Amino acid sequence: MSGRPDPDALLERLQAEETRAKRARLKVWLGFAPGVGKTFAMLQNARDLQEAGTDVAVGWVDTHGRYDTAALLLGLDIVPRRRITHRSVELEELDLDVALARKPAVLLVDELAHNNAPGGRHPKRWQDVFELLDAGIEVHTTLNVQHVESLNDVVAQITGVRVRETVPDAVLDRADEIVVVDLPPEELLQRLSEGKVYLGANAERAAQGFFRRGNLLALRELALRRAAERVDADVDAYRREHQIEATWSTAERILVCVGASPASARVIRAGRRIAAGLRAPWTAVWVERSSAAPLSAADQARLDTNLRLAESLGATAVRLVGARPSHVLLDYARRHNVTRIVIGKPTHAPWRDLLRGSLLDEVVRGSGEIEVHVTSGDEVREAVEASPRVVPAPWIAWLAAAALVGVTTAIASAGRAILELPDIAMLYLLAIMAVALRYGRGPSTLASALSVAAYDFFFIPPFYTFSVDDLRHLLTFAMMFLVGLVVSTLVLRIRRQERGAIAREARTASLYALSRDLGRARDESEAAFALARHVADVFACESAVLLPGSDGQLAVKEQAGEAQLVAQDWGVARWAFEHEEAAGVGTDTLPGSRVHCAPLRSGPRVLGVLVLVAPVEAGWTLADRDHLDAFARQGALAIERAQLVEESKVAALRAQTEEMRSSLLSAVSHDLRTPLGSITGAASALRDAATVADPERRAELIDTLCEESERLEKLVANLLEMTRLESGTVEIRREWVPLEELVGAALVRLERTLGGRSIRTELDEEMPFVALDPVLAEQLLVNLLENAAKHTPPGSPIEVHARVRDAHLEIEVLDRGPGIPIGAESRIFEKFYRAAPTYIPGAGLGLAICRAIAQVHGGSITAENRAGGGACFRATLPLAGEPPVPELESSE
Amino acid sequence: MSGPSPLVLLVEDDPQMRRFLRATLTARGFRLIEAETVSAAEIAATSQAPDLVLLDLGLPDGDGVDLARWLREWTQVPILVISARGREADKVHALDAGADDYVTKPFGVDELLARMRVALRHAERAAGDPGEPVVAIGALRMDFACREVTVEGRSLRLTPIEWKLLALLARNAGKVLTHRQILREVWGPGGGHQTHTVRVHMASLRKKLETDPSQPRWLLTEPGVGYRLREADDI
Repeated sequence: MSGRPDPDALLERLQAEETRAKRARLKVWLGFAPGVGKTFAMLQNARDLQEAGTDVAVGWVDTHGRYDTAALLLGLDIVPRRRITHRSVELEELDLDVALARKPAVLLVDELAHNNAPGGRHPKRWQDVFELLDAGIEVHTTLNVQHVESLNDVVAQITGVRVRETVPDAVLDRADEIVVVDLPPEELLQRLSEGKVYLGANAERAAQGFFRRGNLLALRELALRRAAERVDADVDAYRREHQIEATWSTAERILVCVGASPASARVIRAGRRIAAGLRAPWTAVWVERSSAAPLSAADQARLDTNLRLAESLGATAVRLVGARPSHVLLDYARRHNVTRIVIGKPTHAPWRDLLRGSLLDEVVRGSGEIEVHVTSGDEVREAVEASPRVVPAPWIAWLAAAALVGVTTAIASAGRAILELPDIAMLYLLAIMAVALRYGRGPSTLASALSVAAYDFFFIPPFYTFSVDDLRHLLTFAMMFLVGLVVSTLVLRIRRQERGAIAREARTASLYALSRDLGRARDESEAAFALARHVADVFACESAVLLPGSDGQLAVKEQAGEAQLVAQDWGVARWAFEHEEAAGVGTDTLPGSRVHCAPLRSGPRVLGVLVLVAPVEAGWTLADRDHLDAFARQGALAIERAQLVEESKVAALRAQTEEMRSSLLSAVSHDLRTPLGSITGAASALRDAATVADPERRAELIDTLCEESERLEKLVANLLEMTRLESGTVEIRREWVPLEELVGAALVRLERTLGGRSIRTELDEEMPFVALDPVLAEQLLVNLLENAAKHTPPGSPIEVHARVRDAHLEIEVLDRGPGIPIGAESRIFEKFYRAAPTYIPGAGLGLAICRAIAQVHGGSITAENRAGGGACFRATLPLAGEPPVPELESSE
Repeated sequence: MSGPSPLVLLVEDDPQMRRFLRATLTARGFRLIEAETVSAAEIAATSQAPDLVLLDLGLPDGDGVDLARWLREWTQVPILVISARGREADKVHALDAGADDYVTKPFGVDELLARMRVALRHAERAAGDPGEPVVAIGALRMDFACREVTVEGRSLRLTPIEWKLLALLARNAGKVLTHRQILREVWGPGGGHQTHTVRVHMASLRKKLETDPSQPRWLLTEPGVGYRLREADDI
């Protein structure tokens, strides 16, 4: 290796260091048998730590009534235990929540392999420990070597005692430090006989069973070897971290064939030992023959257990499907650079291999450069075809089979004169085939038997007896049986394939339907609802999607069904969200609850939780979980996409607002400064004695002052109006006002501005009253008229038209001026946009105010050029309701 | 205007504004008392009996509207509000409280003086006789004694309410009357009528009076505030 470090390796090292730094430490006292003093050693260490000032607490320690151990507990802070009554036995367990809340620096949790009493959060204590570690609490614990999962078989073989409480190897691998507590077996036996390990009768029993010297020696070796393996691994890591050339060839990869039988567990453990010995990654593979029937529920459950076992031992679990398992297996192995395949010894009868070919044989022959390890266990295909479920045919099928044979016999008898014997045999064959096709193996066998009997009885001489003269008829009988058998077998196989294909297709179709609906979803809620609805449909349960709200707390975003989540369900959901793992029924965490919670994961982010309320437990298979995973992934992607779209929208809006604000600021500062500049200039000039003396110049300056002040006032008024309208605080106060009053008020207000022009008004006579905000509507008209007056030559005519059309009021202001520049028809309503030449004063706000007023009324405003020259501005405002009828005068 | 020149009480807290008004009004021959606060204005109003009050609304120790209301309890002195509050609701509020007119800042001197003249004239009229029996505004002629209205010599047939409405506006020609004031004067204080009622009768009156109701000569609308009959000088 060159001096330059491999970047990938460096990255991996950094990541490993990072996770180690982030996660709390796990320290394990490993012993080879009870009584070697693990708990004692752990407690002594704890006392030392406490004296050194570390915050140590005892989560759960069992002294087994040993006095010296109990003495060590004195002075240590003990977390209260949880009391559970299970089947009228009172049990004490580690109280995880109290321990988490207490949050000591170091927590002692004895007996890592302990199985929790039902009703706890996790079935196993090591899972509690992992949660403590995730919460940043350093955990000290004890473990005996026979509880290590991959050594379970070996220990059982040595001692003849199978240990039920096991800890996955991954847990031990996770340990940051392993302390081997060793004691010579002789000394241990001595302690046992002195009653220091077990008390009373227990000691007797123990000495006769487990605590034999041979056992202890073997176990001690196992423990030391396991520890040594660990030391090896540490050395290896150290070498890699420090760029020391590896002394072993790398890139071993193990593949273990897994089936549904309980014996497969042994193959898995063997595979794990091989993989651990080689420090190689390993994969557990289950190959499904595509023509095979779906597994029975029991087989499926066993298969799931086996694959989960493999995963807990550090394997990657993979499901493969193919016509020939051996080919699929070898193909997968080659593609993934597998160096060794571990497979179980066949346990079935040899003749089956003759019929169907042996998987083991095919794998060995096709393996080429790949090493094949055969260990005691079962063969993968065995599991696949283990249980061809023969559904018993209903009685009607048997009856129909018999009837069909009867009918055939009747036909044959009737046609006896013209039919030859082989023709009759063919007729019977037809009947057998029909029964086999329709009713399956059992009834077809019955039909075969009945056919043979009837054929013999009625048609083979001597007639009406079952005796046979000619031996060649026996061949016909055999043919009849065989055809029935073959056809029914074929039909059964086709049915199975069909069923499998339908199930697979249904899954694909449901995924497709989901992705289609998710694609259509326009926002987070729609995506969440589509996910909830599809999950509810496909998994036949009620479902909800929980997403964190603005406060970070999970809340129901959308749900399908009426189910209300209770406190316990929320607990499961929160756990799944915080630990980014599935929880609830069907998992190892809180399996007793009624909900299944799957995290919605997209990349490294967990967006929320998918909750299934009371999913059908019996049919909860690995395939279903894969399916649910696919659902959750797709849903998460869609929700994330919707969230990103929303975020980008908000960002775009913010950018736009920002842009508008800055353009407004620059425009306002310019438009405010210009008149102010003139005013200041004129005013200061008027202080000058010489200027004041000249009456002409003085009058000019005074005019400037007045005009510019007026301009400034107008601008400020417009700005204030615009701000008021845009702030969204304007409440329009609709009142019923006569149209003419509005127009009249505007025209009167602009009398001076419009002086000398011909103003023509055309108002709808039909509906003189309109419901508008009179102040704003007048302002709109005034601005339109002012705009027309400003941009058209003095003296040119202006028209005002107003009419009611389709429940809308249309107000038009028309002029005969130069018109609107092409392309500026909608831009002229934008703030600070000015189409007119610069010598015409204005800030570009008048029309913007018009538009804002139209909009607060729920209407719109447009501008266009008129035929014959000039511009037409049209405001369209919706009207609603009927004007109230005023009280009429009693008399004239 | 005969007798001594009118005494104006200027209630205004802004010194620049006071300076400008002082210069303008004294140049026009008005006598002036200045008050910066509500309390100072109260003392000045009771001790000096001004002929006109120029009232700013935002004062350091209270609201000008309250002062107007307080003044109305005991005197008919014309009150002219000068304020930067330009919203119609503010105008209505002040007018309903008893103010005679409302000028929004910024305003020109000419406008202010014209409004002051109108206010003083109304006060004079109210104090003296009930009003001339005949009022003529351009081509509009009202004969209160005969209850007759003619436009360009043509006689109009008005309903009793229309007559009351027109008479009210004519008596206050040039002055804005809010919807509420009109309702109270024409329909009586007990009526639960709405501004809509005023608008309907106003529209029918306008139809009879004006040649083009959308370009009125006499009956002017102050949107959101009320109505005003154009003054004789204004035609």
